[in-house]
Amino acid sequence: MLTRRHFVRTAGAGLALGGAGIGAAALELPRALPEGLRNSAMLDALPGKKPLIKLSYRPPNYETPIEYFRTAITPNDAFFVRYHLAGIPEVDAKTWKLSVGGDGANGQAEITLDELKRMPAAEVAAVNLCSGNRRGLFEPHVPGVEWGYGAMGCARWKGARLKDLLDKAGLKKEAIEILFDGADGPVSDKTPDFIKSIPTWKAIEDTTLIAYEMNGEPLPHLHGFPARLIVPGWTGTYWMKHVTSIKALTKPESSFWMNPAYRIPLGKFPLVARFTSQETAVNTPITEIVVNSLITNPLDGAGVKVGAPVTVGGIAWDGGYGINAVEVSSDGGKTWTTAPLGQDLGRFAFRTYSSTFTPTARGKQVVMARASNKIGQTQTTELIHNPAGYHHNVVHAVTLNVS
Amino acid sequence: MRAIFPVIAALAVALPAAAEEKPVELKKAPGVEKVEGNCSGCHSLDYIVMNSPFPNAALWDAEVTKMIKAFGAPISDADAKVIADYLKRNYGS
Repeated sequence: MLTRRHFVRTAGAGLALGGAGIGAAALELPRALPEGLRNSAMLDALPGKKPLIKLSYRPPNYETPIEYFRTAITPNDAFFVRYHLAGIPEVDAKTWKLSVGGDGANGQAEITLDELKRMPAAEVAAVNLCSGNRRGLFEPHVPGVEWGYGAMGCARWKGARLKDLLDKAGLKKEAIEILFDGADGPVSDKTPDFIKSIPTWKAIEDTTLIAYEMNGEPLPHLHGFPARLIVPGWTGTYWMKHVTSIKALTKPESSFWMNPAYRIPLGKFPLVARFTSQETAVNTPITEIVVNSLITNPLDGAGVKVGAPVTVGGIAWDGGYGINAVEVSSDGGKTWTTAPLGQDLGRFAFRTYSSTFTPTARGKQVVMARASNKIGQTQTTELIHNPAGYHHNVVHAVTLNVS
Repeated sequence: MRAIFPVIAALAVALPAAAEEKPVELKKAPGVEKVEGNCSGCHSLDYIVMNSPFPNAALWDAEVTKMIKAFGAPISDADAKVIADYLKRNYGS
């Protein structure tokens, strides 16, 4: 059965085939992306948002253009949008309730938005990064939403600590995972609902929140109004939006979005945070964000002049160990210099960097940046290929035209 | 699935302000109506275009199978074959 609510913002979808898409020509998308994506992506504004790069209308998947990453905090109206399923109701704050329970809890609790806001508040600046960010740059390509560089953002999230909510129901010591469901769901009742679990150890960290504010504003609809899960350091798949249900589990959650979805091969990535109750002999759920960086200025293909200083700037981030250093090369990776870092907004946030060089010869010049974190992890120079297209942290390079 | 279309048409009248989604035009070729009819109930058709032209025949077969087996798309065997053939011919490598 297809249910009615799903057509609220999708009426007319794919039916009237009269007009071709517009705007793709105005976008400078990386040539490494699939040709079909480069032909179909366009700038398009969702309600309340700036024009972002539309990858798919329904469910809405929109990425943030690189220009918005020149600051450590990403504006709400430029923040990327990602949904798995197209049933996205507008939640009424007056009737919304969050239930807390499960077989791993001693009791059951239900709280309203007002009650959530009256709980002790915490705030964290944290990167929300789609597991598949940069999937479109995989070679060979893998199927999925063909993201470029912008399926990520960093915001200040304010809310109640998840552990305080769990205390309202009382966790049993047998509780191994905490499961989340949101108000959004599938169009067909045969499609698995989007539900996700995290290990209890991660759930009870001080920085794991049920947030109701994003950059000082009420959480916008497309970012999970009225409340969403914040899992600093971990990829966005766990950051359940429009959250309505929290369940403590004594057995691992086995539904589609935990397995086979969102899996990485065991042993391929240098990760510390493990989700042992979900590991198999061959794979594990994706967990923490790998160390990475982006050059946000100049943009790929920019023109610069011999003798005129060029400021190379951007952002670096990791899974919460903190950025140790960003090095910049202006000769295609032969030599590197350490770039001064900008303000530290905390170990889960984007960290800006900036350095300057002066071109000395006409022609193409390749600028690169690579980050390392405080536990000695660095970006890779060769893609670590995996079937689902996760964890792309190949050193970013831009080519400048020097005249 | 055929019942979807009147539903969408009715809501398009009832909720004009909500229709931001612009049409995604697929290549006109045999089978396109099966693709539009079966796929667009759950997702916009730009999903197909962005995932092209890199998939080989086996990958398009796997994607169609995934939509049916993992995501529960109510597509008949006959339509599934038409859809997979269309995707391979028009959006494959």
